[in-house]
Amino acid sequence: MNRLVALVLLAMAWSAHAAEAQPEPLKLWHAYRGGEEAALLQATTLFTEKTGVRVDMLALPYDAYAAKLTNAIPHGAGPDVFIFNHERLRNFQGQNLLAPTTGTLVRADYFANTVAALEVDGQVYGYPMSLKSLALYVNTKLVPRPPTTTAELLALLPTLSNPAEGRFGLAYESGDFYFHAPFLFGFDGPLFDATGRASFDTPGMARSLAFVKKLQDERMMPQEVSGALVKTLFNDGRVAMTISGPWFAGEIAPSVRYRVVALPTVSETGTPMKPFLGVEAAFVSSRSEQSARAHELARFLSLGESSRVRTTVGRQIPANVAAYQFQEVKDDTLISSFREAAKDATPMPNTLEMARVWEPMKLTLRAVLQGGTRPEDAGALADRRYRALHRERPPEASPMPWLTLAGVMALGGGTAWVLRRPAQSQTFRQRYPDVSRAVTYVAPAAAGLLVLVFIPFAVGLTLSLFHHDAGQYTFVGLANFVDILASRGYSITEPLSFYFTLAVTLLWAVVNVVLHVSIGLGLALILKDPLLKMRGVYRVLLIIPWAVPNYITALMWKGMFHRQFGAINGLLVALDLEPVSWFTRFSTAFAANVATNTWLGFPFMMVVALGALQSIPPELYEAAEVDGASKWTQFRRITLPLLKPAMLPAVILGSVWTFNMFNIIYLVSGGEPGGATDILVSEAFRWAFQRNEQYGFAAAYSVLIFVVLMGWSVFTRRLMKPEEAS
Amino acid sequence: MKKPSGLKMALIHMGLSLMCMVTLYPVLWVVKMALSPSDSMSLTANPFPDAVTFDHFREVLLSSDAQGRWVFGRQVMASFIVSGATTVVGLTLAVTAAYALSRFKFPGKEGGMQALLVTQMFPATLMLVPIYGILQRLRLLDSLTGLVLVYATTALPFCIWMLKGYFDTLPRELEEAAVMDGASPFQVFIKVVLPLARPALAVTALFSFMTAWNEFVLAATLINDPTRFTLPVALQRYVGEYKVEWGKFAACALIVSAPVMALFFALQKHLVGGLTAGGVKG
Repeated sequence: MNRLVALVLLAMAWSAHAAEAQPEPLKLWHAYRGGEEAALLQATTLFTEKTGVRVDMLALPYDAYAAKLTNAIPHGAGPDVFIFNHERLRNFQGQNLLAPTTGTLVRADYFANTVAALEVDGQVYGYPMSLKSLALYVNTKLVPRPPTTTAELLALLPTLSNPAEGRFGLAYESGDFYFHAPFLFGFDGPLFDATGRASFDTPGMARSLAFVKKLQDERMMPQEVSGALVKTLFNDGRVAMTISGPWFAGEIAPSVRYRVVALPTVSETGTPMKPFLGVEAAFVSSRSEQSARAHELARFLSLGESSRVRTTVGRQIPANVAAYQFQEVKDDTLISSFREAAKDATPMPNTLEMARVWEPMKLTLRAVLQGGTRPEDAGALADRRYRALHRERPPEASPMPWLTLAGVMALGGGTAWVLRRPAQSQTFRQRYPDVSRAVTYVAPAAAGLLVLVFIPFAVGLTLSLFHHDAGQYTFVGLANFVDILASRGYSITEPLSFYFTLAVTLLWAVVNVVLHVSIGLGLALILKDPLLKMRGVYRVLLIIPWAVPNYITALMWKGMFHRQFGAINGLLVALDLEPVSWFTRFSTAFAANVATNTWLGFPFMMVVALGALQSIPPELYEAAEVDGASKWTQFRRITLPLLKPAMLPAVILGSVWTFNMFNIIYLVSGGEPGGATDILVSEAFRWAFQRNEQYGFAAAYSVLIFVVLMGWSVFTRRLMKPEEAS
Repeated sequence: MKKPSGLKMALIHMGLSLMCMVTLYPVLWVVKMALSPSDSMSLTANPFPDAVTFDHFREVLLSSDAQGRWVFGRQVMASFIVSGATTVVGLTLAVTAAYALSRFKFPGKEGGMQALLVTQMFPATLMLVPIYGILQRLRLLDSLTGLVLVYATTALPFCIWMLKGYFDTLPRELEEAAVMDGASPFQVFIKVVLPLARPALAVTALFSFMTAWNEFVLAATLINDPTRFTLPVALQRYVGEYKVEWGKFAACALIVSAPVMALFFALQKHLVGGLTAGGVKG
């Protein structure tokens, strides 16, 4: 068997390295799909024809893309050239991932604002490829004359909306700040003050939110809009207008006649609704070993023939000025209207400050749209959230006291152990006769565990004493723990404070385990009866949820709880009840999470209980029957006590699993509303991977989770003790 | 036991059928999404499709990248290689370690068992950062070998605990008898102990396979090349940032779940015995 394993491993190692034997092609990473990917492939083929340099393209999933770049490039495992939007520029530049384009980039080749977007401290990084900004898509059959001002829009919308028939004048992803930004800028709300710091509590913010809220309240716009919903409604002709970017054009059904126009001007202020301008650029990695060729490739992709292909095949809006001289590009109304719409666009700042705006704004937008917060109070809420989520680096601490303490403890512990060890009458060999055999059996597992479980565990614990920022770790002592436990930035009873999250987590674990065990045990009690017909069929059907991967379960249930199209609301309507907005209130969002987790968790308990019930000798029940004991007495006196030793470990295991059940929380409610349904582990994940990679702070959360679970395991061991004695 | 009355039986069957309907409903919903022609949705409680098309399945199964490589086939291969190797490696390591922990006395045994449990309480997502660094030093990034090693070891604590619990319940007399008959300790382990532990082995193998087959975060972080993605990562492309292709997602989800379901049903007889006996003394 071992030889087979070695062979399999060898074969895989070989297949992994076989590709590297050929001469070095340039590595190009991107997150494109469909037409954009095809266009990029054509462009790189042109490059290879021209220069003879091969290009290896790698399409990465968008969600994991940024994390992969920041992980891979410093380790020398990254690409030579990668395509990314400019929004993360400052972040990448801070981590030294990017090579400057001095000497190779000609500013006049591109629109000035696209080059400006790629500038940090006077230095340009990357070659601008395309523009991304929002514009108004109009179904020309329903709206022959697109509105140019918000007053016209407001006059038009009621004629196009009929909520009873599921028709709306406008639908866009209103819960996403990227889509709200044009409204904010149109109402003259600045996003940053004179010092460049984010400012939320402005009249513009309140007015823009009030405007959007009104559209939603008067049912001219649906609630809880997702990208998929916009696509469906627009293609069905049930929505007359939507706000979206160039990527949406590919989603529109061929039967729909539409136009793209600039967003309207806000009548109250006379300011156009200015969307964010995003610039997609080809960046050269600072660690590229073929830097000159990499620059050549990046520049090639952004100009000339490549930009023609990217426009015609990939439907991108080129940043290259000369591209608009091609006849095909001139004739393309979509491209030219987007170019037109992008004239008013505000280049999205590439600063770290911008990166810090998204999460507080998302929380605030949803709070307003869901009715939890009034538009005029929203700015203050966003400001509070911003300050809580934006952690300055705590003062550096000296690791010396810690190292000394650890040294003293190790020394003291060691001495105490040696001194207190009972005097051995036997030699080591006598006490452990088969130690050498034991070592051969345990060693392989122990080696693997040491390297990939215990060392990461120790590193994880240690990380909690550090602050991580842009690849730099600073020792900060207990500052992370102090911030968490003092609930900095939140009052204790507010969602997202440590204590609130802890309480939610405990409630989550208890409710789930109780439901899992009671449902599982109940079914097992019914199914154990050997006289029951179709017992096998029931058992097989009831086990299904366990076999479904839990992230699929989560996405499945998330869809079923959808406000407009979910099956659950479908059932409610069929029963003549009002449909429910599941994720706008804590109680319903929490219930949705619990329902999902119960569905996926009860089969495990059922199977364990079935096994445990089968091991109870039937004679006990027969004897009890003879003695005249009732069913209930039998259950209490025979079943429960004999179940306990088998069920207890399963319950403990189940509670630990539930406590850290990240997938369900993250994918079903996603913490909605406003982070209230987040549990500790999903908070830890957000700090680690969504808020500027604050690994140290996330590790501190994890250590606290660990402490809670350790406490729980000590408690449960007490529960198990009497069992072992009996 | 006396036979229950007909009415009671009917009630029990009704209850069970209701429960089965609740269990099946979401699954039917996925089947409906996978078979319905368009991505359009409407508010209905009916879990059966109005019209049937296999387009989504066809598109998922035949998906190839811009270079014309048949990506899906390679991803299925990658998933089977990773899960199969994880099962073999994980089971080999867990069985030997669990046997030693159950039968031999050696220093650090109790401490080791406790340490295994303790590591399970630290959130797995946070282990990602150190694991990435370690694999990079071992030159195992972006390789299936690295993924297999990580899966096999992270599943070990659970597997070892389960198997040790099961070994504890096996009577030692059989092994002693085999030794009397002149079998070497290794022969005893292979010929006597392992066959007796078959139910627990089946369950542990199932769990190792499932861990590797279903895992998403590690695979998405450690593997860069789409032709070597495991299926959960491949599935992610249908739930993108700008658009969710529910039809293809559902079709792909069904394909991903099918092998695990098949294994489950093949092994479900063992499941009851294997899990519980291990748990009794766990």
